[in-house]
Amino acid sequence: MNQEANQNLESFSYDDKIVRWFTYATLLWGAVAMLLGVTIAFQLAYWKLNMGLEWLTFGRLRPLHTNAAIFAFVGNGMFAGVYYSLQRLCKARLFNDLLSKLHFWGWQLIIVSAAISLPLGMTTGKEYAELEWPIDIAITVVWVIFAVNFFGTLIRRRERHIYVAIWFYIATIVTVAVLHIVNSISIPVSLMKSYSIYAGAQDALIQWWYGHNAVAFFLTTPILGLMYYFVPKAANRPVYSYRLSIVHFWSLVFIYIWAGPHHLLYTALPEWLQTVGMVFSVALWAPSWGGMINGLLTLRGKWSEVRTNPVLKFLATAVTFYGMSTFEGPLLSVKSVNSVAHFTDWVIGHVHAGTIGWNYMLTAGMLYYLVPKLWKTKIYSIALANFQFWTATIGLFFYIVSMWIAGVTQGMMWRAIDGETGTLVYPNFIETVTQIIPMYWVRAIGGTLVLISFLVMIYNLLKSIAASKSDLKEEIYQAPALSANTATGHRKLEGLPMIFTVLVLLSIIVGTVVEITPTFLANRFFVKSDSITPYTPLELLGRDVFIKEGCYTCHSQMVRPMVSEQLRYGKPSHISESRYDHPFQWGSRRIGPDLARVGSKYPHMWHYRHMLNPRHMTHDSIMPNYPWLARKKIHYDVLEKKMRVMQALGVPYSDSEVASSVEDAQYQANEIADILAQSGVDKSVADKEIVALISYLQRLGSEVAEGITDQEVEE
Amino acid sequence: MNVLYFAIPIALLLGVVFLGFFIWATRSGQYDDLDTPSYKILLDDKEIEPEKGKNYESRS
Repeated sequence: MNQEANQNLESFSYDDKIVRWFTYATLLWGAVAMLLGVTIAFQLAYWKLNMGLEWLTFGRLRPLHTNAAIFAFVGNGMFAGVYYSLQRLCKARLFNDLLSKLHFWGWQLIIVSAAISLPLGMTTGKEYAELEWPIDIAITVVWVIFAVNFFGTLIRRRERHIYVAIWFYIATIVTVAVLHIVNSISIPVSLMKSYSIYAGAQDALIQWWYGHNAVAFFLTTPILGLMYYFVPKAANRPVYSYRLSIVHFWSLVFIYIWAGPHHLLYTALPEWLQTVGMVFSVALWAPSWGGMINGLLTLRGKWSEVRTNPVLKFLATAVTFYGMSTFEGPLLSVKSVNSVAHFTDWVIGHVHAGTIGWNYMLTAGMLYYLVPKLWKTKIYSIALANFQFWTATIGLFFYIVSMWIAGVTQGMMWRAIDGETGTLVYPNFIETVTQIIPMYWVRAIGGTLVLISFLVMIYNLLKSIAASKSDLKEEIYQAPALSANTATGHRKLEGLPMIFTVLVLLSIIVGTVVEITPTFLANRFFVKSDSITPYTPLELLGRDVFIKEGCYTCHSQMVRPMVSEQLRYGKPSHISESRYDHPFQWGSRRIGPDLARVGSKYPHMWHYRHMLNPRHMTHDSIMPNYPWLARKKIHYDVLEKKMRVMQALGVPYSDSEVASSVEDAQYQANEIADILAQSGVDKSVADKEIVALISYLQRLGSEVAEGITDQEVEE
Repeated sequence: MNVLYFAIPIALLLGVVFLGFFIWATRSGQYDDLDTPSYKILLDDKEIEPEKGKNYESRS
């Protein structure tokens, strides 16, 4: 290189230390997430594993498992891969080392606070968004730090072309920010309790718009970005069609955001919205498969290496599972398929094909590529990597197949109607549960194999790292400054779109708040429906117990309009019935029966005994015992605050109702306790949580919406 | 369902943001060459020997 050219060159280094940190975090939290998954899988197969401890019940651990898998495991893996590839694709060091560190420690702190608060029952009751408001704010702050660090690096890049992977990262950062903020808006009652500002069907729509896009923009787009970087790098071949990858990106970004309502098919959501969700979901088939084919064809001519190279083996399998889950997803979004699959384990199998098959496999491939580079070492054992691969694949196979069988079996049993008598073939819900218990065992064993495979990888990678003799000093690279031959001011102009993005994002957030305020203020002027009254103070407290215990993880509150559902549960749920539900509790899974119309179905005493030990009432029940509900006192001290927040959210409580709420609640509690006392229950139960919960359960569905027009509801 | 009055604009706004990105990318020539970028990423950066006393970009 001659002297002249050298003068245009800039020297720089990469911050790989932060990538190494995120790598360790991925290994740690991956193991935790899978251990939790295995735990709750065995709890479903054998209820005693709930341990009789409130902090370890399925209802409390399931949210922790999902949050850990999505945000802790995939999240840290994503950050490692993004920070590694972004620097290389931009030929620039990360924008700011301090921001990187804040990002890392902030994220770990959020995970730890989730691991503490969720088992304690501090939850918003909205799936994958269970974390309470202070943690939500922390997530926003850390995400903004990530965004600034990311876009700062992009502005200072030395490579004019923005490679397709970076586009996938941009979509992730922008969209997740908007989704998280919009879905998490709530009014705090206390430090770790808040109510969503949305209610009922509105909350359902926003929640599943978020929920679906958490899958789309947290578990899919960033990982696709990683695929477009690591698959070509590992195979040392350019992506099959760069043009197709660009089409893949832009079509995904424009279609994905509209698919959310497919989680609410046949619910009380307006039907046209359901159809919109279904149509866009089916449209997703094309770009998803375009991307999968592009990934797999990148490996053309390299298939012999897939057999021997663990990196390629994991990556190729991941892309295959991406194809499989994105085939299954739109299929499940077709209404007639969904009518069987919804609320069953089929959906659980589907998401695990995604998270284990796509996210775990791709992360594993990426880590086997990264660790030797980051620590200047060799993979400790290829044989162990192969062992891991087959254990994970076989485990996943058990998982998916058992959930298919369980899901289809249960879905068909729920809807089976005797042709002659016109009655349900399996009127007892428990029959449909005991039928699939063997599948729960198979799933738990499959999950255990996946966990074992992950532990093997941790061992393999730690051994590889330990063998490193490098001092891990940062290397210096050189590259010409971007557009050195044009005016120097051009570098600044180059950053404009990025500044534009940040400004647009901020305006979206401000706009959101501005727009949303009238939305919920308008609730105050709702036509007060005569047939739907708000919860009594005690019922409200009982509802909070329901949310705290995570009852929604196993029980839905949404009767669909199919004949079989009406025979089993009663009248289909009406949109107005949940209009005061902050948050909505429609649920997504029926491990137990639907509760939308459980009120007045059983006497108080039935519920009392059922909570203490469900097997007293239903012999084969797999529900945990909840003895602490009869021990723990009702928290009346925050009741007035809760009522006032509900009032602010548009629930028509009068000021005098708020003022006398504690008195009213205690009066109702005593009434229930009196009835329980007639059956021999100690009268001291009057101030215990179980009474509040019973009042709530007895209320459910007792006011079937009659004669309300949709017009009235929409006003 | 008055939440739609704000959910749909938000979704549209996101679409518009990405449309803006797309127009910027196309106009600024990001997609003029769809062949070389896929090869370029395969090239590894060349390390150099750091010179003594020379100040390089921030390092931790």
